[in-house]
Amino acid sequence: MTVVIDRTKPEAPKTGPVSAAARVRAKGFTLGLYKPRTPIYPKLVHGQWRRIKWILMIVMLTIYYVTPWIRWERPGALPDQAALVDFAGGRFYFFGIQLWPQEVYFITGLLVMAALALFLVSALFGRLWCGYACPQTVWTDLFIYVERAFEGDRNARMKLDAAPWSFDKAWRKIGKHAVWLGIGFGTGGAWIFYFHDAPTLITHFWIGQAPATAYIFCALLTVTTYAFAGFMREQVCIYLCPWPRIQGAMLDQHSLQVTYLRDRGETRGPHKKGQTWEGRGDCIDCNACVVACPMGIDIRDGSQLECINCGLCIDACDEIMDRVERPRGLIAYDTDAAVAAREERQPPIYKLLRPRTAYYAVALTLVSGLMIWGLTHRSALDVHVLRDRNPMFVRLHDGAIRDGYTLKIANRGFEAEDVQVTFKGPRGAKLRTPGAKATGETLSVRVEPNEVRAVRVFVTVAAAAIEAPNMPAVFSLRAGRDAMTVKTNFLSGAANAP
Amino acid sequence: MSHRETDEHSGVETTGHEWDGIRELDNPLPRWWLYIFYGSIVIAAIYWVFMPSWPGVNSYAKGVLNQSDRVDVAKQLEALQTQRGAEGAMLRSASLETIETDPKLQAYALAVGQSVFGDNCATCHGVGGTGSKGYANLRDDVWLWGGSLEDIQHTIQVGVRSDNPHTRQSQMPAFGRDQILKPAQIDDLTEYVVALSRRPARAAAVARGAPMFAEQCAVCHGPQGRGNVTLGAPDLTDADWLYGSTQADIREQIWNGRGGVMPTWEGRFSPETIKALAVYVHANAGGQ
Repeated sequence: MTVVIDRTKPEAPKTGPVSAAARVRAKGFTLGLYKPRTPIYPKLVHGQWRRIKWILMIVMLTIYYVTPWIRWERPGALPDQAALVDFAGGRFYFFGIQLWPQEVYFITGLLVMAALALFLVSALFGRLWCGYACPQTVWTDLFIYVERAFEGDRNARMKLDAAPWSFDKAWRKIGKHAVWLGIGFGTGGAWIFYFHDAPTLITHFWIGQAPATAYIFCALLTVTTYAFAGFMREQVCIYLCPWPRIQGAMLDQHSLQVTYLRDRGETRGPHKKGQTWEGRGDCIDCNACVVACPMGIDIRDGSQLECINCGLCIDACDEIMDRVERPRGLIAYDTDAAVAAREERQPPIYKLLRPRTAYYAVALTLVSGLMIWGLTHRSALDVHVLRDRNPMFVRLHDGAIRDGYTLKIANRGFEAEDVQVTFKGPRGAKLRTPGAKATGETLSVRVEPNEVRAVRVFVTVAAAAIEAPNMPAVFSLRAGRDAMTVKTNFLSGAANAP
Repeated sequence: MSHRETDEHSGVETTGHEWDGIRELDNPLPRWWLYIFYGSIVIAAIYWVFMPSWPGVNSYAKGVLNQSDRVDVAKQLEALQTQRGAEGAMLRSASLETIETDPKLQAYALAVGQSVFGDNCATCHGVGGTGSKGYANLRDDVWLWGGSLEDIQHTIQVGVRSDNPHTRQSQMPAFGRDQILKPAQIDDLTEYVVALSRRPARAAAVARGAPMFAEQCAVCHGPQGRGNVTLGAPDLTDADWLYGSTQADIREQIWNGRGGVMPTWEGRFSPETIKALAVYVHANAGGQ
């Protein structure tokens, strides 16, 4: 059941506030490439969803600003910052986890998980991410809070914008923009701490000794925060962000969304105290939901791309319903299917388990399981074998053949490892590193923590053991509970061919 | 025969020259081109003041900035040395064994050695160090002048048959060319040397060659032909032959007594570089 919004219909003449989207539509066709932005003046609402949004805003901003300052002891000269993307050192640290650049697939896995979780949550509960957790929403909310502190609520702001310039208008505007820029700077400033040791960077930043990238990214995020949350706001969601376009494929008639209950609200119309509610809907057409909307839409037009499902119109409407003494929830988190069922005078059915949600849940479980398995079974050891190419083999004085290999052994753990190297292939192969006194079937190589060690290994095979010009061979490495094998070849050319 | 006239079609004056009835319009240079040209003249004048420009008899005008590519290169080399300072200093003080066994020093020495080897040694010994006929293979375990780290370091320092006063020196007589032995005797001696490396040879010739070998060759190559590292005399019993292993190759060597020359590198490389090179060569040869 999809609600089709017919925007070709002539607007019914309305009195009082009109949604920003309706005002734009009223302007009709313009010659420019872009639709002119109609300023939106969201009115402050009070209620449970607004309270949840405030709490989530504080929690998420706290996480963002505090995380780089959490310390996490690591052995040796490794950084003690719990969350650190160390570009210079080529490492990613997150508490006990340390990832190397070649393990970037863990980041890919994390992104796949994030995407699947977003799909699942969207299919079940609609655009919770957009309404509560997206940085664009959180920072815009914060910026509107600042705007309200300087310029007052909706009506005061509209009046101020329409008023000619005065000292009062000037200081309010300058103050607002100054605080906005300050928040922007704080956003950019916190961002760079994720990439360098925070306590060191904060001193270096002020005395001009931080790396150029720190200043560039701090400035970049200051500007984008200021522009995105101060000026572009809902345009980022409508025009820049791909997610509102993709979500159409994730939602269906059983997804929870902020919904105007048509079945209960229509026919709408003004209502005077004392008049009967018989034969009419509960919507008194007060437009409280419209003026509260930060996206500038009228939720009563049905579900639409612009709606970020923040629930502020629910709070606005509940306030009115209380006042006119009708039950709350004329606008509520509900499903299209339920509304349609009630319109048909049938009991609404809520279906959380649908093929779509099952697919997403199974995929999410699989990927998460794979990630956890990967992280817990991650080997500290990583080995690459490079066989000498020039010369490919060396014939010794007694006719024996010696091949040279370079083993690059990475120790991605926090402890030094004694790696035991063995070579399986031609019979009686002897291993040796340059400068070593002994020759044997096993080599022991000490690899310091967090280090890649390149070791030259010479493998000598007596003439009698050479069976073919190219014999398959395997390097086996063992360190503690980690073991690895790497396939290679033992080449002898036609040197010992009879 | 030049008379300028105005071309009817374009209204532009001609240059007045005519070749086989073809006349040339005297169009002015494009403005943009002209201004760039004038600008270049101005820049050239400024350039003369600041940069080296006019040649003199013994010197040249150095310019206000006193710029010199030679000085720049020297500065860059100096900066490189400073950058390498720590490892360079360690190379200078550490013993060869320490350099070869310490993982960090070894990695540094191998990197230095590889680049120096490629620039200087690969010409004769090959990029892989495997040599060729007449040029020693530096990868195997056969060493004319010794394969220890110190021996290799010394060979690089003084060279072989070079103009260094302490050079590695040896000279095999040209038994044939200088008519020390008769051709038939050389044939017998060749058979004997082939037999030394346990290959089939004519028994009668080997028997005739044996006393000759004891008389002429054993002084350097030893009575069993096992060679002598202090004299640079190769082992004749193994599978490694500097000038080829065939009978003809061996005969030619006895006839001409060839010996290659390796230059001395003492003056050209710093002691650290020679150390790094010795470690590189030693490590690549299996590091005995």
